[in-house]
Amino acid sequence: MTAQQKATLQKYGPLLALVVVCVGLSIMSPSFLTLSNSFDVMRQVSINAVIAFGMTLSILLGGIDLSVGSILAVSSVLAAMTMKSGHDAGLAAGIALLAGAAMGSLNGLVIAKGNVAPFIATLGTMTLLRGLALVLSNGSPISDFSSNFFAMLGGGYVARLIPVPVVVMLVMFAAFWFVLTRTVFGRHVYATGGNAEAATLSGVNTARVQILVYTLCGAMAALAGVILTSRLDSAQPTAGAGYELDAITAVVLGGTSLAGGRGWIFGTLVGALLIGVLNNGLNLMGMSAFYQQVVKGAVILLAVLLDRGGKT
Amino acid sequence: MNLAMKGIVKSFGPVRVLESVDFALAGGEIHALVGENGAGKSTLMKILSGAYLLDGGSIEIDGTPVTIRSTRDAEALGIAIIHQELNMIPQLSVMDNLFLGREPNHLGVIARGRMQAEAARWLSKVGAGRIDPHQEAGKLSIGLQQLVEIAKALSLNARLLIMDEPTASLTEREISTLFAIMTDLKARGVGIVYVSHRMEEIFKICDRVSVLRDGHFVGERAVAQTGFDEIVKLMVGRELKERFPKRAVPVGPVRLQVEDLSHPGHIRHIHFEVHAGEVLGVSGLIGAGRSDILNTLFGVTRGTTGKVLLDAKPLSIRRPIDAIAAGIGYVTEDRKSQGLVLGLSVRENATLVQLKHYARFGVIRRRTEAAAVKALMAELQVHARDAEIEVKALSGGNQQKVVFAKWLAKPPKVLLLDEPTRGVDVGGKAEIYHIINRLAAAGTAIVMVSSELPEVMAMSDRILVMREGQQAGIFPAQGTPPEQIMAAATEALPAS
Repeated sequence: MTAQQKATLQKYGPLLALVVVCVGLSIMSPSFLTLSNSFDVMRQVSINAVIAFGMTLSILLGGIDLSVGSILAVSSVLAAMTMKSGHDAGLAAGIALLAGAAMGSLNGLVIAKGNVAPFIATLGTMTLLRGLALVLSNGSPISDFSSNFFAMLGGGYVARLIPVPVVVMLVMFAAFWFVLTRTVFGRHVYATGGNAEAATLSGVNTARVQILVYTLCGAMAALAGVILTSRLDSAQPTAGAGYELDAITAVVLGGTSLAGGRGWIFGTLVGALLIGVLNNGLNLMGMSAFYQQVVKGAVILLAVLLDRGGKT
Repeated sequence: MNLAMKGIVKSFGPVRVLESVDFALAGGEIHALVGENGAGKSTLMKILSGAYLLDGGSIEIDGTPVTIRSTRDAEALGIAIIHQELNMIPQLSVMDNLFLGREPNHLGVIARGRMQAEAARWLSKVGAGRIDPHQEAGKLSIGLQQLVEIAKALSLNARLLIMDEPTASLTEREISTLFAIMTDLKARGVGIVYVSHRMEEIFKICDRVSVLRDGHFVGERAVAQTGFDEIVKLMVGRELKERFPKRAVPVGPVRLQVEDLSHPGHIRHIHFEVHAGEVLGVSGLIGAGRSDILNTLFGVTRGTTGKVLLDAKPLSIRRPIDAIAAGIGYVTEDRKSQGLVLGLSVRENATLVQLKHYARFGVIRRRTEAAAVKALMAELQVHARDAEIEVKALSGGNQQKVVFAKWLAKPPKVLLLDEPTRGVDVGGKAEIYHIINRLAAAGTAIVMVSSELPEVMAMSDRILVMREGQQAGIFPAQGTPPEQIMAAATEALPAS
């Protein structure tokens, strides 16, 4: 096997794993490969995938964003408060997204201008913003928005078949794919993550790239928050806890390097789907939730070990 | 000890990189191993030092066949390698580095007293007795770090030292220290394999020279009985017409004017001007502030003072972006850490500086970009399978051409060069000199820092000599003897 074939195999390894798992599950459980179950899986995946798209950018920079779960909660609470005060759902969603972007840009500013390691900076904002969500909501859920439009964001269907969150996920996937592969900004993300010093000396405004990336990361977390709030018809100040780890898992499973500069958004989509399919399949097979965790953890380790094994 | 490597064969996958290579080294000789990048020098030395396993052939020491399967095997046989990129752990002290993995200890507790005494003893053997064993290794200059590595090799009882481009990062003064130590080791019967691209050094210090080309052994000569032309001919397989191609460029008006440039603690009161089509060489010892001038001009360092005028217009450069916008380019000293994004392709690196020119509304026009890269690769003779190959897979010379490509996508008014041919082989150097000449002919003003005196002398119109952060003088390259440049760089400063 040549080095190039090896690289190709490694690149498409996650996809191969997804296909293998899907084939395996459809043999073991006849109800797995039905149209309705497929869309069900994708709807469950959509929230994690949307967060993970943003996370991919921060990891491509060699950074990380631990605060996405908290940003999700704050955005969700803000959207709920807006609707509860009588404003319409569109405004609520807009405010949530703007707030997510603002919280993300705060991360970016601390990291780029304050020169703080992303892990530490977002660890700080994770705690701070979780507190903010609790303060804003007084610690209790905000529910019952009685807005058809808002309910549609998380529970509706396009063409009476495809769930709206799945459409949102696919649109975001296409947008991130385009941005990363076709735009100056995308190239600058790879360059900054691959070698920030060389990028700076080549005239790349690396601080701006960082701020923009974390802003996008925050906006995506907020988008996930809107979908979640709509589905539950309720905003929970404790929502999204631990979501950052699911997103990081999807990114890493997809083959994006934690060291930065290397990776792609398609891998992240596949990684998120792989996690979702495993969850769904193990449920269908009636495996206990405890064992499910064991299996999922083992799959993650196996995938990452295989990936490492191919490197020289 | 006498070493004989016979019929060494090594392949990586389907690619055969060494084809029946012979190499012999006697104890007490300094033996140069030369060849262009990719000729197989490093592979051969990695086999000898245990990093690679040979596929065929044999290694004999004093007539006895030996097997080298690991670095440990090599060390046990008394073979040590001093890598071009030094293997120090910068945060640890000198003595911790010297005895890493074999610390003198009592039941696991390090015997610091013994360690320090031993370290001091070995350091003084390589003429580096002034290094404090407690000093943090990363704070030493590259030259001193290298001496520590040599001390470490000797403390491991090395009788055969492999030195891979040991002078690449050293100043002239450090090089002469190194050569003195090499001569001393030689007198004590240590055999040294000296891998270098610098011909002058080979003729100065080596006894014999072996030449590799494309994985083949093409000849061995006694240094006393050969010359530069013959060795280069063996290396490249053809006559190299001109080592330093001539430039016939009429020098134009002043492009870059620098007045009273200072960066407290680094450089003080630097004055010079560079004309269109002119190459101003910057010479001096490492640490004399040569690179600081370039970093200051390019906006890399902050807190600098002075006046910089480009085409008679004053510039305010606070960040690299400002310098680039003004038309200044910078080929940095360390291409791996500052010049290239190694994980990206040739194309992505080559267009990084001028990416906006290949884009509309932030979206890259891929055909335009590909066409521009193709033209640049042809113009600069970048030897790569295609533009999509990762830049880290290229040889040093080709990597350096990609760095040039970044700046040539839009011809700069001023190009700053810091050690533009470091780690580049003879053929590649000549090609880079041609690029420099073509840029000068197009009216670019060039400032070139280089530690290689022959290069500075041959490629510059005038030479600015730096000494301890100050300007020791500007000399015309023609008619100034090299000794005068050296003297200006090293003489003690008059009390001011």
